[in-house]
Amino acid sequence: MGVGVSTSYGRSYSDRAFATDYRMPMEFTAAANLDELLDVKAQQPDAQLLAGGTDLMVAVNLAHHRPEQIVSLGRVEELKDVGSARIGAGTTWARLEQCQYTALAQAARTVGSPQIRAAGTIGGNIGTASPAGDGLPWIAAADAEIIVESKERGERIVPWREFFTGVKRTSLASDEVITGVTIPDNLPDAQEFAKVGTRNAMVIATVSCVVMRGDDGFRVALGSVAPTPMRATRAEEMINAESTISDAVLEEFGRIVQDEVQPITDHRSTEAYRRHAAGVLARRLVKRTLQ
Amino acid sequence: MTTRTTTGVHSGIGTSVGRPDGEPKVTGNFAYASDLSADNMLWGATLRSPYAHARLVKLDIAPALAMAGVHAVLTQDDVPGEPRFGQEEQDQPVLCDGTAQYWGEPVAVVAAEDEETARLAAAAIVVEWEPLEPVVDPDAAVANGAAFREMKIRRGDEEAVGSIVVEGFYETAMQDQAPLGPEAGLAIPDGEGGLDLYITSQWIHVDHRQIIACLAMDPDQIRCHPAGIGGAFGSREDISVHIHVAMLSLATGRPVKMAYDRTESFVGHVKRHPARMWYRHEADDEGNLVKVTARLVLDGGGYAHTSRAVLANAAFFTVGAYRCDNVFVEAAVARTNNPPCGAMRGFGAVQTCFASEMQMDRLAEALDMDPLDLRRRNALAPGDAVATSGQIIEGSLPTIAAIDAVEAIPLPDLIEGDDPRLLPGGTGLTTPASSVVRGVGYAVGLKNLAFSEGFDDFAEARVVMTTSGVEVHTAAMEVGQGLVTVCQQIARTVLGTDRVAVVWDDTSQIGSAGSTSASRQTQMTGGAVHAAAVGLRDQIIAAHGGDELRDDGVYLKDERIATIDEVCVAGPVDCLVQFRHPETFPPDENGQGDVHAGFVVAAHRAVVDVDPELGLVRVVRVDTAQDVGTALNPQAITGQLEGGIMQGVGLAVMEQLVVKEGVILNPTFTDYLIPTFLDAPDVETRIIEEGDHWGPFGAKGIGESPTISSTPAIVAAINAATGQRLSKVPVLPGDIAGSG
Repeated sequence: MGVGVSTSYGRSYSDRAFATDYRMPMEFTAAANLDELLDVKAQQPDAQLLAGGTDLMVAVNLAHHRPEQIVSLGRVEELKDVGSARIGAGTTWARLEQCQYTALAQAARTVGSPQIRAAGTIGGNIGTASPAGDGLPWIAAADAEIIVESKERGERIVPWREFFTGVKRTSLASDEVITGVTIPDNLPDAQEFAKVGTRNAMVIATVSCVVMRGDDGFRVALGSVAPTPMRATRAEEMINAESTISDAVLEEFGRIVQDEVQPITDHRSTEAYRRHAAGVLARRLVKRTLQ
Repeated sequence: MTTRTTTGVHSGIGTSVGRPDGEPKVTGNFAYASDLSADNMLWGATLRSPYAHARLVKLDIAPALAMAGVHAVLTQDDVPGEPRFGQEEQDQPVLCDGTAQYWGEPVAVVAAEDEETARLAAAAIVVEWEPLEPVVDPDAAVANGAAFREMKIRRGDEEAVGSIVVEGFYETAMQDQAPLGPEAGLAIPDGEGGLDLYITSQWIHVDHRQIIACLAMDPDQIRCHPAGIGGAFGSREDISVHIHVAMLSLATGRPVKMAYDRTESFVGHVKRHPARMWYRHEADDEGNLVKVTARLVLDGGGYAHTSRAVLANAAFFTVGAYRCDNVFVEAAVARTNNPPCGAMRGFGAVQTCFASEMQMDRLAEALDMDPLDLRRRNALAPGDAVATSGQIIEGSLPTIAAIDAVEAIPLPDLIEGDDPRLLPGGTGLTTPASSVVRGVGYAVGLKNLAFSEGFDDFAEARVVMTTSGVEVHTAAMEVGQGLVTVCQQIARTVLGTDRVAVVWDDTSQIGSAGSTSASRQTQMTGGAVHAAAVGLRDQIIAAHGGDELRDDGVYLKDERIATIDEVCVAGPVDCLVQFRHPETFPPDENGQGDVHAGFVVAAHRAVVDVDPELGLVRVVRVDTAQDVGTALNPQAITGQLEGGIMQGVGLAVMEQLVVKEGVILNPTFTDYLIPTFLDAPDVETRIIEEGDHWGPFGAKGIGESPTISSTPAIVAAINAATGQRLSKVPVLPGDIAGSG
């Protein structure tokens, strides 16, 4: 009981909080460059940033969200670079599918449909901060940092653990814009991604996982199993203390991953399956990085 | 059903004539109902109940009416005629009449200058609700007497026992038809107090009957016209926008359009009944079925819709395509506060086919017998009695031929290479080829054709000879299945001319064609077109003393004695026919009798690759052998078989509406997953032609068959791959991986 919340159908048939005023017009601006974008955010911190719109427009169409002002960063060319030191926030999944970072390219391939990959960006993925964000486990495994910028305080580099603070929550200040992601120097070449869903394409992750194998050992990051992307640090410690990766070691490693994740049961899957799949994926990816 | 052979006709029956609507649909030029517009048109929107069960304490429309651009806000008090509608039982109020019985029940409708304002206005209506405890457990509802229908089938000796016994409990989920075109309609005032309604429908005459009753109008004041439809699968058998949009148009005197978005569509049409089924099969040592006992509970949701007929179908197909002399079924469809359920492709037979085919596999295992041999041994054939009703099967029923044909299709090779799209988990890269096991499973499905249980089932069609060609007039709904080509092909073959056009009449121009459902239009409207064409041909030949009708006139002994212009010298010549199938009868108190007009059978074989550890499945192939009677359009049949199998794949491994306390938690295509192209198996088809005892040229309807036994075949294949005994669909990854 008590699942209904509001009156207007089409817009509120769930137990989500619902407080949208449809009467507000939406004002749309397309920033021509980064300076202009930062100016807008300085003057109107509530302005909603629009990148590919693959999250935002769904929320608007379902009336979960009704921003008064929308600023598009589609024309901000400064955000579209993929370099050796950073990935611009405006880089699309279609482009990342072709990038040199193996696991990120693999993750990019699993995002939605070709149309969505042509529009959606990694910056949008970071800004939305969904637990299921397909690019986020790679950021966590890489220990990448989020680059944000504001007119008043300039550029700020935020470690991913400090950036993602909860389900769809970040530490981004209202006048700030995500401009990119740093690529650490010591990024391992051996890196693999996998994602489980109930369909073989175009599906939101039930569990996703990135494993990297570098000089410092294995790094294991997971998505959709906690409020934010997470590292399985206990499992990492365990496996990195082993000299050889036997089947028994992998079994134990998988068990620790299962134990370490904090998934929930919802309409997409159950806590039990998510734990189980997290352990299996992590195990399989360790093997893949060794091949 | 024989006709004189005609000369020189192209594109007649038996050819794969392309659909006239095919190219516009593929190129985006087809006008769907949601594309309609009219000058000076208003938009309608619906306010719906946010509770599955609640008392309407207060409804204040004043804030909505006060808004600029709002022209009407209507509630149940504004319904001029019958307060309730329904196809079988008039139990649902046009708008909530004091207590909402399901989540999303319409409460008020608004007409405004634009879509946004209409929705704003709906949101501005002030409603106070007193939430009530929703009834969400169908078993408890039935135990408390809340059932739309309860029925018993009692045939044979209840004391009969078999030496081999298998029992099982099975569940099927609530599936959505998910047609790509959402519900939409446009009402246009005729200036004389009446309306022209352009609506999505499967049966405009039954809509019309309900609409005029609720509006208290004369039949000729409301004309229902078919609008462009993007799929139906049962979802359009019941009223959605129809009465609302008509009321708004009458209240404002302006054209009004309503079109649901995807989420409102999920809430705004009935779904496939979820089912809970307990079964006990008993057989002798040779594998002959001795007795089947079953208890079925379907969840009908808040209002009746077609629940009564769906339950009958589920019950009559409890045993599937097999003989059994002793059958005892108790079946009920519950009234709850869950989303209302009704028609969906397969109509009750899907649920019991899943359970009974799982039972047949378990029985084969208990007998240590080949599952197909068990099925052949018990296969129903013409002259046999249907296990449940006792009805003797007339016409064709090639059950064993279908099993043999599907078994004979070569099995596909194992997947080679590392293309992830061919592995379970797809591009998610979850599954190395070394983690994959393959399974093969079979299932057989039986379905009735057209309406049953004594319903006066007919279809009307008019065939007209004009100087510029032949017109076929019908009000049968083309919902994407290909009726238009079937009607043309039949008329061409009978009348010996290529020039045949189908004209869709509205409800004032022709009588009912009956519903585009129950696999019936090829036989019913096709039958009417056939009879009308034969009547027209014979009438023209007789009038001119000839012995043959050809494209260019009437002939006698191969010599033309009248041109078509001469035939039509006094105007077009026409023949109107009301076609009926063999009479059916209501079942007696034991569920016995000739309740069905005919039967169709199909066999499916699924090949799956499974990653047992993660529980991921790739359906590699679903092959089928389909009883078609006579193939009127082989390409259209293949289309139906492939499309039907896709819906069977969906129910087998992903599709379910997740309902909690009456609320649908996944009413979007983000979370209600239907198979994508990467999930689509290859399909190899075998068409089995044994003409039926009625229907044009012996053709049978095949719209539903492909959806019925494809689902259990896939689950049987997963069972074969993993050694499990799965008992509910959809099979989700956790069910296979054993982690809930």
